[in-house]
Amino acid sequence: MSVKVRIPTPLRSLTNGSEEVIVEGNSIKEVIDNLETNHKGFKARLCDENGQIRRFINFYLNDEDIRFKDNQETTVNDGDQISIVPAIAGGRTL
Amino acid sequence: MSFVKGLKCRECGKGYPKEALHVCSFCFGPLEVDYEYEEIKKVISRELIESRGKNMWRYKELLPLDGEPTVGAQVGYTPLIKADNLAKKLGVEELYVKNDSVNFPTFSFKDRVVSAALSKAKELGFKTVACATTGNLGNSVAAQAVQGNLESYIFMPSNLEQGKVIGTSIYGTNVIGINGNYDNVNRMCSEIADKYGWAFANINLRPYYAEGSKTYGYEIVEQLGWKAPKHVVVPMAGGSLIIKIGKAIKEMIDLGLIEKSNMALYGAQASGSSPITTAVKKESDVIAPVIPNTIAHSIAIGNPADGYYSVKAINNSGGCAEDVSDDELVEGIKLLASTEGIFTETAGGVTVAVTKKLIEQGKLPRDESIVICITGNGLKTLEAVMDKVEKPCVIDANIESFNAIMEKREVCTA
Repeated sequence: MSVKVRIPTPLRSLTNGSEEVIVEGNSIKEVIDNLETNHKGFKARLCDENGQIRRFINFYLNDEDIRFKDNQETTVNDGDQISIVPAIAGGRTL
Repeated sequence: MSFVKGLKCRECGKGYPKEALHVCSFCFGPLEVDYEYEEIKKVISRELIESRGKNMWRYKELLPLDGEPTVGAQVGYTPLIKADNLAKKLGVEELYVKNDSVNFPTFSFKDRVVSAALSKAKELGFKTVACATTGNLGNSVAAQAVQGNLESYIFMPSNLEQGKVIGTSIYGTNVIGINGNYDNVNRMCSEIADKYGWAFANINLRPYYAEGSKTYGYEIVEQLGWKAPKHVVVPMAGGSLIIKIGKAIKEMIDLGLIEKSNMALYGAQASGSSPITTAVKKESDVIAPVIPNTIAHSIAIGNPADGYYSVKAINNSGGCAEDVSDDELVEGIKLLASTEGIFTETAGGVTVAVTKKLIEQGKLPRDESIVICITGNGLKTLEAVMDKVEKPCVIDANIESFNAIMEKREVCTA
């Protein structure tokens, strides 16, 4: 599956300034792993030492917070859009 | 001398200098002020505090400035009322109201956080201050910016009560009404703070701003004769105040100012904007943002910045959280006014109504000390109760007309 990931400003230094990158994966977890493969350093910013997504980073799959789905196990489909949003630095409009 | 080491990420512990920063650039957690507590412990005492002026700066060692306050030096030390009439009505033995509806200069607890934030803004060399507000914060930033000779910009949802709008404009500030709710305003202000380089009290100065709230807790303790109450009921919008009241009591215990005690925190929200109470009731620490729909505009925040830590503070203290409808909050306003002669705004109505509910549910014990946190003034939210109180009885200007009413002893609703 190939999904679009929107990158917040503070993390664009890892994507050479790109606002959006295309990544492969069947779940959020795989998407994060592949982000790390393509852009080294991503995982440490997004996940804590136990591999859990950091508390103040929100992941939205097609506008739905993945904490209300299956977290990192949430499956993704071709063409889905994922947004990574720092909860305090910017937040998100409903 | 200063007891502030710098800022520190609450999540990952990374340290930052004393600047206008509020988010960890590594893990995106919130930053908070890091103090030299060992040094503070050497100098602070009840006697030292009691020897100072009756304002929030009597606790200055525990506030985030390097020098003396330059804005709002007279803020705080509001009355703690022993509310015997309300206690009787609610069927409890020992009840107090901490009354920030008479705070100086703009009649809400926000005067505390703004005094801290704007004094810090001046220390950092800012000339322009701003805020995203549900009303009370805007009133206070506008007023205290005048006192500090700072230019100010206030961003607020366009649907606020007239008292909140005019109570901001009067100070000659720049008021920007936004078509949207507070969460929309706040998000936009994050971008403005970056682009314009202004000091936003509750955004890039948030670590300093939030520390001002602790003084509400210190005062409760000092006014109770240097002891913490057993139970405190606190209104919640972004969730910062309840955390800081908890922190204030912990600091006083750690510094040896009071004996160890177990104070339970109870969070109050309006049902139409209750992301934090909902999480507490569901026994979750995940906050599901909501779109607010309540007349309690001052606490209508659907995506609370300090939601997670407020849930934690409540749970760790052994307290709980509850919310009430708009009708219940209006009854809460009337109940406080008719028993204690204190006219609070909608958020205060929420807090009183939640206290009543928790007592009825048996969650607040009837035989232990309870403090209700009243944080704002009813004259600013007249719209909420305008149609819920009796209209004045109008008569001709002669004694016969008055005698006629007294004979009828009827309630006139003309």
